[in-house]
Amino acid sequence: MNRSRFDFAVGLFVAIGLLAMAFMALKVGNLAGFDSGTGYVIEARFDNIGGLKVRAPVKSAGVVVGRVESIGLDAETYEARVLLRVYPNYRFSKDTIASILTSGLLGEQYVGLESGGDPVYLAAGDRLGKTQSAMILEKLISQFLFSKAAETPAKAQ
Amino acid sequence: MRASFVQLISALGHFFTSRIDRLGLAARFAGALLVSLSIALGRLPLMFREVYFSGVRSLSIVAVSGLFVGMVLAVQGYEVLQRYGSAESLGVIVALSLVRELGPVVTALLFAGRASSAVTAEIGLMRATEQLAAMDMMAVDPMSRVVAPRFLAAIFSMPFLAAIFSTAGVIGAWIIGVKLIGIDDGAFWSQMQANVDVRIDVLNGLLKSIVFGTAVGLISVFEGYFAAPTAEGIATATTRTVVISSLSVLLLDLLLTVMMFRGLS
Repeated sequence: MNRSRFDFAVGLFVAIGLLAMAFMALKVGNLAGFDSGTGYVIEARFDNIGGLKVRAPVKSAGVVVGRVESIGLDAETYEARVLLRVYPNYRFSKDTIASILTSGLLGEQYVGLESGGDPVYLAAGDRLGKTQSAMILEKLISQFLFSKAAETPAKAQ
Repeated sequence: MRASFVQLISALGHFFTSRIDRLGLAARFAGALLVSLSIALGRLPLMFREVYFSGVRSLSIVAVSGLFVGMVLAVQGYEVLQRYGSAESLGVIVALSLVRELGPVVTALLFAGRASSAVTAEIGLMRATEQLAAMDMMAVDPMSRVVAPRFLAAIFSMPFLAAIFSTAGVIGAWIIGVKLIGIDDGAFWSQMQANVDVRIDVLNGLLKSIVFGTAVGLISVFEGYFAAPTAEGIATATTRTVVISSLSVLLLDLLLTVMMFRGLS
């Protein structure tokens, strides 16, 4: 076999390999969503974040508008300090409410943003005033049980 | 009684010293190989010739294996996932297992069996028929002319083969999951894209395959270069290549996985 046929076969091999890599980057992974570093970061504080994880989506009206950048605990107030990176093409008003929601009954948790009516927009580094913590199933159940327990003696009288 | 005790202890000692000796030989060989790489990199056509024999000729077995592994993963994954009502996550499970683990590892195992054993036999026979000695006589360095191109070809081919394996696997899972079982096409891909990270999963997988390529390539040329110049010696050397390559790929995979994916979520 002469040189040019080796070159052709190897070239074809490399081309197929590169195509497979492109397939993995674009179709299997999502290179388009891999844009950490762009956009601006806003801060939100929650009493309880439940099972929220770094890189969880930030959604508004169900549309992904950013990602959770980092999660930490404020040592003074014992609140969870969540940094949200919002894509640069979205703007939210100053009185936006952030809440931690769950997709489906047992799905992953995400941060939902609900824009308010303030004409001033959030800028990088701003802190969200109003937040709503994650729904903790155990707390809900115990609340339910306590309210049931409180009801029963009233009925017995 | 006493003599046999001494024999036992020295047999134990020999067991370890011979292995350490071999390891030292391999390390010195790797050092010499590293020196000859600079010359070999200046003559890339030699490497591409070996890429043809090792990489291109392994293409079909890797692609077909990937397809079947993906299909099996889809069938088994669906069986479990549908019990929890989350059959749409099939794409995620298949893609993550392929891209992170099965792609690089199974490709390296197949490569060790399909290509590296042939490289060992080839170099071993060159040694046995004194072709290497003849090259040396002609002032042609067999390290940079014969050994280094084959070593480089393994490193060069492995990431492409692993990518092809994973891609074929995902397509196989898609055929089973979407076309035959009837999972929603959009959910299959969107869940996969939402959960497979290009940097953490895809790039780390390719990095793994480059490390495996280095290990498998080094073992195959080393075993061939130091094969006993007899028919039996070459047979032993090819067997050792496959066994040692497979074991070191699996061991390296554990180490790399711990380094790459521990502490993630």
